[in-house]
Amino acid sequence: MSHLSERPANPVVGQEIPHESAALHVTGAALYTDDLVMRTRDVLHAHPVQVPHAHARVTALRTQPALAVPGVVRVLTAADVPGVNDAGVKHDEPLFPSEVMYFGHSVAWVLGETLEAARLGAAAVEVDVEPLPAIIDVKDAIAAESFQGAQPRVERGDIEAAFDAAAHVFSGEFEFAGQEHFYLETHCALALVDENGQVFVQSSTQHPSETQEIVAHVLGLASHEVTVQCLRMGGGFGGKEMQPHGLAAIAAIGSRLTGRPVRLRLSRTQDMTMTGKRHGFHSQWRVAFDADGRLQALDATLTADGGWSLDLSEPVLARALCHIDNAYWIPNARVNGRIARTNKTSQTAFRGFGGPQGMLVIEDILGRCAPLLGLDPASLRRRNFYGPGQTTPYGQPVRHSERLAAAWDAVTRTGDLDRRRAEIEAFNAEHPDTKRAIAITPVKFGISFNLTAFNQAGALVHVYKDGSVLINHGGTEMGQGLHTKMLQVAATSLGVPLSRVRLAPTRTDKVPNTSATAASSGADLNGGAVKNACEQITDRLRNVAAGRLGVHPSDVRFGADRGGIISAIGGTGELIPWDELVHQAYFQRVQLWAAGFYRTEGLHWDSATMHGSPFKYFAYGVAATEVEVDGFTGANRTRRVDIVHDVGDSLSPLIDIGQIEGGFVQGAGWLTLEDLRWDNSDSPTRGRLATQAASTYKLPSFSEMPEEFNVTLLEQAHEDGAVYGGKAVGEPPLMLAFSVREALRQAAAAFGPQGTSIDLASPATPEAVFWAVEEARAAASGQPDDGHVTASSNGDHGVVPVQPHGPARHPESERVVGRQAVEPAGVRP
Amino acid sequence: MTRITVNVDGTKYSDEVEPRTLLVQYLRESLGKTGTVIGCDTSNCGACTVHLDGTSVKSCNMLAVQADGHEVTTIEGLAKNGELHPLQTAFHECHALQCGYCTPGMIMQSCDLLKNNPDPSEQEIREGLEGNLCRCTGYQNIVKAVQQAARQGKESGQQSGQGDADGNPVDLNEAEQTVGATS
Ligand code: FES
Ligand code: FES
Repeated sequence: MSHLSERPANPVVGQEIPHESAALHVTGAALYTDDLVMRTRDVLHAHPVQVPHAHARVTALRTQPALAVPGVVRVLTAADVPGVNDAGVKHDEPLFPSEVMYFGHSVAWVLGETLEAARLGAAAVEVDVEPLPAIIDVKDAIAAESFQGAQPRVERGDIEAAFDAAAHVFSGEFEFAGQEHFYLETHCALALVDENGQVFVQSSTQHPSETQEIVAHVLGLASHEVTVQCLRMGGGFGGKEMQPHGLAAIAAIGSRLTGRPVRLRLSRTQDMTMTGKRHGFHSQWRVAFDADGRLQALDATLTADGGWSLDLSEPVLARALCHIDNAYWIPNARVNGRIARTNKTSQTAFRGFGGPQGMLVIEDILGRCAPLLGLDPASLRRRNFYGPGQTTPYGQPVRHSERLAAAWDAVTRTGDLDRRRAEIEAFNAEHPDTKRAIAITPVKFGISFNLTAFNQAGALVHVYKDGSVLINHGGTEMGQGLHTKMLQVAATSLGVPLSRVRLAPTRTDKVPNTSATAASSGADLNGGAVKNACEQITDRLRNVAAGRLGVHPSDVRFGADRGGIISAIGGTGELIPWDELVHQAYFQRVQLWAAGFYRTEGLHWDSATMHGSPFKYFAYGVAATEVEVDGFTGANRTRRVDIVHDVGDSLSPLIDIGQIEGGFVQGAGWLTLEDLRWDNSDSPTRGRLATQAASTYKLPSFSEMPEEFNVTLLEQAHEDGAVYGGKAVGEPPLMLAFSVREALRQAAAAFGPQGTSIDLASPATPEAVFWAVEEARAAASGQPDDGHVTASSNGDHGVVPVQPHGPARHPESERVVGRQAVEPAGVRP
Repeated sequence: MTRITVNVDGTKYSDEVEPRTLLVQYLRESLGKTGTVIGCDTSNCGACTVHLDGTSVKSCNMLAVQADGHEVTTIEGLAKNGELHPLQTAFHECHALQCGYCTPGMIMQSCDLLKNNPDPSEQEIREGLEGNLCRCTGYQNIVKAVQQAARQGKESGQQSGQGDADGNPVDLNEAEQTVGATS
């Protein structure tokens, strides 16, 4: 077997090829889960009974009236659950709840011959409730001490001593919003009962194995009686990592009870009001700098707004704590985390998985403190970069940290930042009511699942007698191009042209026990497994070829560049076409398929003490963004974006650049446009999500595109710890969008005198930018409104954040993952 | 129930539909034209865009009965005689899609745009597609794809100068059989 990252000559990986399903997408032939309904007979449609209360006890549920509606076939309630009534694995998420925990929580589902019949049936179900007090706001949850799950802490160095010795100390608070995934395809599941009661579920899921597991436990079946398939998703972004399971289980129960296929597809409003989103956070912090603006200490407490149940909040929080350092060396750190329980949807994974939230806190701190330190924000950021040999607050060496500077310098050069900054200064001097600014921000993002056990993957590779190849792996396709990369990996490892390899949809009966396609790790993990399977096959074929060519097996060469021709170093010079060798191998009774496996080596992590090296490597990137802000309205536009991003040796450059562009825009959406509004009034609609459609929830559109957008891949970026030297690209680029937010802050500041520190709400909508401009203008008129960041005088330690006092323990989510993960529980002194 | 007769992708269909049926529902559920998808339900995303008599409409924002007696082209009917429309080729080649869910609507809307403005500026492309959302790509490659198709259209247009509303060669032999999808 060759080294994991080593590429053969002329590999198929690294070639610019379009998405493997592109031909199907442009003709409308690509199938999503809901498209299968039209190909299935006698399908029943499921509709939820959503209760319009943020928090209430169900005192009576009368389903009889629904059954009187023509076309209604059955109403599903808790009494119909043969197994465990839980949509998750932590027993805090009843599939059919007796207590309504958020506005729109579904307590029953109606099955109808048509969706319309099911809808009318759902409207006819009578639910009596006794309303209970509801907590909507994260700050109210903090005040009420409404928390859930573990309360981890990352700690290093001597915080008190560092604050003692610091030249500058600042304290502040920052609360920022979550984000709706708005994958363009809403959640969908189609369940049918096979022969002998076995269940087959097609689901729009990023995690088929867990969908399988939960369908099985809800039905009281063993996993081998449930098969889950995901053809592809119309976007996932983390929103289909945990959330599809309960929906698939509803469809599966319906199918088992009626013997008919059941389709459950959420409308957009159902999807937005019922499924989890990115976590908003509250943070309280104090920070210490030396006289040169070098970070000395950070003391912060982050509170994630988890919604009504834990879902993935614990690992999301862990990743937030592991990313609060972003690209910066912070010698002394104490970062506490806790999860608020509020009466909202259960917030979940979203591209970056807490990483963006942790990083946003430090970027906000630097953006607010730079003027108070008398430093240019770019200079403040640059001088705090990790240097050689330094480790993160949780103890992981920051390998390749020099790439931060390399990317930074490249952006500064190619973006012509020095010249443009001078131009902007001149422009701003001439325009009292319009200001421009450029901000440059870095990204360092850890790649691997924090929980070591998840860093494994499987693949199944078949070579048929005619030489054609079929591959299957545990990852799912949601548009990110994973399947394209896997085809390239297989073609490279087998030495055949891309056209000889086909990929079959992800199914739990092909590759079992898979991890979610998440944490950007899909290509690393599944690519490792595909390569492993392919190399088992080529090793066997090598012996067949060696015999025929009269050479030692190690001298046999497979070559995609020659159209699948096998040759040898030395020997007779004979060339064997791939198909011929395969055919010959079959007749020699050589096994032509293989199951591949991959586990990421060298990871260790203790989630109780929050210490270790959980990441295989870090992905780096730098972005510079120029904006223009209108002083009358806060309206703004992005004039230019320059990005240099580290994807290692790209496995598929067209795909990777697409991920960077899309991730950046989605990040800019989170930070500047997308505004989730929950009704926090005391009216009967308290807790209702007011933005429950694209008509009220503003998504990035063509109108917000940067006027100029330059994306380059970092050169000389080989990663020897990953398959064929590539790096993960799904999540990291999202955080390049911090540059947009910081540019807006700087442009707003330009309306005030030099050195004005600006608070900017998140999302920085035009309205928020307007208030930031007002803040700057107040400073100009000698009424600085800078009460938001407290600057402490010498010897003052700043405002110490609340220190949660829960005992150190492993998160709930690991308790159920397996004993192994739970046993070495460290206890925090 | 109301009887409607619609020509969809070159085939004439005659069906009984409920007056409340949306055009997109009729296309997907009665005719099995699943290439046209639903993204938002509120006429914001454009994923459901089709052509009605050669002009783009959001099919979630229109009743099936309103299409009675008209000609509908979906993404599935855009390729003619096995030949992809230049926009289809361009979206494929420029990697103007990721999850692909917005793609049919984007292409149908781009078609309409190029029909009205065969040589659009970058700004005009952005404005022309403003009613279509994509959550994956960040839009860059979509603009590039439309530019590539426009360039190609210009070149081939100079040669032939003939085509229907979608820039396709006129097909005089469109299928005339009547198919009842639900009857
Ligand atoms: S589904 Fe028709 S515009 Fe979104
Ligand atoms: S490619 Fe996914 S929505 Fe456009």
